Amino acid sequence: MKVSGAFLAIIGIFFGIVGLFYWFTSYEDAGFVMLMGSALLGLLPGGYYLWWSRRMRPLESDEPDAVVSDGAGVIDSFPGSSIWPFLLGMGALFATLTFIFGLWLAPIAAALGLSAVIGGVIESRRGGTV
Amino acid sequence: MTTTVESPELIEPEEPGGPDAHGPDAQGPGGHGTDGHGHDAAHEHHQGPTGILNWLTSTDHKVIGKSYMITSLVLFFIAGIMALVIRSQLADPTSSLVNFQTYNELFTMHGSLMLYLFAGPFAFGGLANYIVPLQVGAPDMAFPRLNALSYWLYLGGSSMMMASFLVAGGAASFGWVAYAPLSNSINSPGTGTDMWLMSLALTGFSAIFTGVNLVATIFYLRAPGLTMFRVPIFSWNMLVTGILILIAFPVLFGAVVMLFCDRHFGTHIYSVQGGGVPVLWQHLFWFFGHPEVYILALPYFGIVTDIIPVFSRKPLFGYRGMVFATLSIAALSTGVWAHHMFTTGVVLLPFFSLLSYLIAVPTGIKFFNWIGTMWGGQVSFQTPMLFSMGFLFAFLMGGVTGVLLASPPVDFMTHDTYFVVAHFHQVLIGTTVFAGFAGFYFWYPKMFGRMLSERLGKLHFWFLFAGFWLTFMPQYLVGLKGMPRRIADYLPTNGWTGLNQLSTAGAMVIGFSFLFFLANLVTSWRKPVAAGDNPWDGGALEWFTSSPPPHHNFTHLPPIRSERPTWDYNHPEHRKDESHGDKRHREQQEEHKETVGAPS
Repeated sequence: MKVSGAFLAIIGIFFGIVGLFYWFTSYEDAGFVMLMGSALLGLLPGGYYLWWSRRMRPLESDEPDAVVSDGAGVIDSFPGSSIWPFLLGMGALFATLTFIFGLWLAPIAAALGLSAVIGGVIESRRGGTV
Repeated sequence: MTTTVESPELIEPEEPGGPDAHGPDAQGPGGHGTDGHGHDAAHEHHQGPTGILNWLTSTDHKVIGKSYMITSLVLFFIAGIMALVIRSQLADPTSSLVNFQTYNELFTMHGSLMLYLFAGPFAFGGLANYIVPLQVGAPDMAFPRLNALSYWLYLGGSSMMMASFLVAGGAASFGWVAYAPLSNSINSPGTGTDMWLMSLALTGFSAIFTGVNLVATIFYLRAPGLTMFRVPIFSWNMLVTGILILIAFPVLFGAVVMLFCDRHFGTHIYSVQGGGVPVLWQHLFWFFGHPEVYILALPYFGIVTDIIPVFSRKPLFGYRGMVFATLSIAALSTGVWAHHMFTTGVVLLPFFSLLSYLIAVPTGIKFFNWIGTMWGGQVSFQTPMLFSMGFLFAFLMGGVTGVLLASPPVDFMTHDTYFVVAHFHQVLIGTTVFAGFAGFYFWYPKMFGRMLSERLGKLHFWFLFAGFWLTFMPQYLVGLKGMPRRIADYLPTNGWTGLNQLSTAGAMVIGFSFLFFLANLVTSWRKPVAAGDNPWDGGALEWFTSSPPPHHNFTHLPPIRSERPTWDYNHPEHRKDESHGDKRHREQQEEHKETVGAPS
């Protein structure tokens, strides 16, 4: 956590410095805004990780002498096969096609997208098709 | 049903010279061999659908990775055929093989397919999706369903881009960079343009989701003991690539949506008439576009960094230097976007020139480390290593001309000529083709459990290598003679004919070389040669499990004490044990704490 946090924070600080330097040499706003956005992208999660890394037990994966048995037990639960990502993806495809070819495609997009959202939520509550 | 995954069991290495001394494929720890508990255990708790339903519903990173890889390779071949048509058109000064509109569509779609739909997705969707969870000892990606969604968005976006050839007005025809105002509704009125833009929106989101997945997987799902500074360089590079994706692709998405609004909803973001700024498109596009170049390069650097130590029989020279170089390249790449815009006259030349030059430093560190890894090693030139060497030569040439182009005076001379075309093709073919296929040849045995033919692989390499230089070296010269890019014909009196014909001949050789690749795939499919778990005697964790790995990847893990746990396990006599020092140090610290009575 500490390394990951520091890694993100350093990225953020670098972009902050470059962004300020860029602003005071060029006064060009688009690039300045994007560099500041990148700085925040590093600083927000980096700061969050660093804050937590001081308050929690270190992860087994950050311990140089940890062995597999130190992490024994459940790693995490992983979803089995699921049709909903496919339907959600097709819903997104039809949603973008709606912008190009007209509103007559919107019901298809909405049907696919909504069924995928509902199906996905129900699936994670009660389990799906393995 | 969600599956709860227990952690794999620890397996301790035997003494030096024990039965495992020649790799776990003899008596596999996670193996499919004699004891067989690897596969059987995996099959017991995995009874998913099969066939096309498996493809549609799988959330397994291995299935999704393979789908990504196959889709992107198909698109690569389509875009390659487009390149051959483009080169055939240019072989003759006044050729009329294709008309001008078709020519414009072809080079636009060649660039778009190669850059948006092949080079990136092949690396971060295909190889990384498959290999990163294996390298960090994880059962899957952190968000498997998001991973599946990302593939379907990618497939949808790619199909939409390909389908844009079929609509009235044809596909997009303004170059893969879509500069405003050429891409507005007056200059590019067709539906093909809209499909191009929306396809970028879809594939952009697919890339963002994959980036999130990669970062989360590498941060949180590493096996116990696999500290950040033991993660193989390929996974490190994918982590950095993931972060670059998160920086770059949202900007592209924003730019594309604004362009779409300009075209259809009456906004004037990129048009002068309504008070907009056309050059804003270039700023936004290249703020995405230059990190994108490194999103296309860093994964391939990682592939080569993983391959060279294996075939030099040495640990990587300068591991931390490599990590540092990757980070600096990524950080600098975000501050150099306007070196594509020198000739617009509205950017700060010294800033962008300086940062562009600085990128050469970490890249140089990488080159020295690659050479240092080979230096004094027992180098064996098998196909993956040959392709990696090809990458070193190709990327060096592309990189050196890149340093030239970072100088504004040189850029003013050569901008929009074939010199630039040759430069970025050498960079991108160096990375995506040479290093990409090095990775494909290297990990194919792991992914499919069968070997590719060495003979056909070497033929593929040598024809590709020869064709590569023959195609692009003449393009530098013809660029210096003033030939602009994106033209469909030229005058016989320009003096560009001979060089163009050489270049076209080279392109045909490149095309020919891929027939060996296809033959290789067919051969391995029809007459499989079993690969075993660790055919190259590799060192990272992916070589510890069976080929192909069972569902959820690992039934056993070795103790992880260095960046090459599999090597340590298979070659205990050479083990670099970092743990004793650390452990003693930690015990001393704990004793110290107890004596001073500090709360733990």
